[in-house]
Amino acid sequence: MAKPKPRVKLPKSAAAGEVITIKTLISHKMESGQRKGKDGKIIPRRIINKFTCEFNGKPVFTCDIEPAISANPYFEFSAKVMESGNFKFAWLDDNGETYSIDRPITVK
Amino acid sequence: MLNKNFTTATIAFAVGSVMAIAGATAEPVNDALVIDGETLITVTKSIEGHPLDEVRSGWLYRTKETRELEADSFQNPGMLYVERGEEIYNTADGKAGKSCASCHNDATASMKGVGASYPKWDADAQRPINIELRINKCRTENMGATPYKFDAADQKALTTYIKHQSLGMPVTVDLSKGKLQNWWERGNKLYYSRTGQLDLSCASCHELNNGKYIRADHLSQGNVNGFPTYRLKQANVVSLHNRFRGCIRDTRAEYPKAFSDDLMALEVYTTWRSSGLSVETPAVRQ
Repeated sequence: MAKPKPRVKLPKSAAAGEVITIKTLISHKMESGQRKGKDGKIIPRRIINKFTCEFNGKPVFTCDIEPAISANPYFEFSAKVMESGNFKFAWLDDNGETYSIDRPITVK
Repeated sequence: MLNKNFTTATIAFAVGSVMAIAGATAEPVNDALVIDGETLITVTKSIEGHPLDEVRSGWLYRTKETRELEADSFQNPGMLYVERGEEIYNTADGKAGKSCASCHNDATASMKGVGASYPKWDADAQRPINIELRINKCRTENMGATPYKFDAADQKALTTYIKHQSLGMPVTVDLSKGKLQNWWERGNKLYYSRTGQLDLSCASCHELNNGKYIRADHLSQGNVNGFPTYRLKQANVVSLHNRFRGCIRDTRAEYPKAFSDDLMALEVYTTWRSSGLSVETPAVRQ
């Protein structure tokens, strides 16, 4: 599998107290661990098992992900921003790797 | 978007309910496909000689959720393959040490319109050539690289990237070049030939019964303007020839090889049938 590539979309700036929409997507096979390969053996499970979003170190949105979630998981959620700061997004892979992205936002 | 089996079961149930009330027909929706501010042509008057009055994109036959997925280029999972294709386009490969970009420069300029005008006549091979084969020809003749095997991940990604440069442009086929007209006739004949244990032709579903349900599937006109297409069923981009083979297999017939004369003829013919619709690559379908 090609290295998973996370992507996020959110505005660069917002008014204080504005509710913004955040879209996130990561390319990932989300192998459920329930399929068999051509050799008849089970293909080992490898999924993104947790997704987190923090703003200035405080949690905004987090969820555990199970094998039933399709490939290339997409999450969209809203957040109210009161001050300028940094959004940090992280995806935890079954193999122990973490893929993360930082996005600053300026509050006018 | 959750468990694949669960989703399928839900859709089957929903369709069952609809059929009980309305019979096995549902009109395609009347909706505008706008991608990044650009409105695509999803309904148009068909080309002269076409058996139907209007051609409609398969997008109009899909559920609201699937349509929205294609309309948002951030959400569209096919865009991941476009990104991968861009990497391949700019990476040197083969003995000549060249990438696509070494000769063709910026794809957003040089590849614009390419995806809307293939298949074309290949005078060297004396047969039609599509984008996959054109890439392979470039790889062997100019790059000193091995040709991609059918449906190799890189072949699909690069084809998707190149076709995506024509997003929104209307599909055209110039049948006046070489012997393309003969291939059109061969494709036309195949389109109407019944095949397989189920004794179905392409026309049985996509011309005579489009808009109706075949079990849980809402039959479209089978237009090819969105290929390679991201199919939720496969969670992957699917090439046109793979889709041809899948459809033929579903009639319980033996299917021809990818890029064989039969399927190239069918590509010429079905692309002609899709004339005037916008290129949607990568489209999103069920």
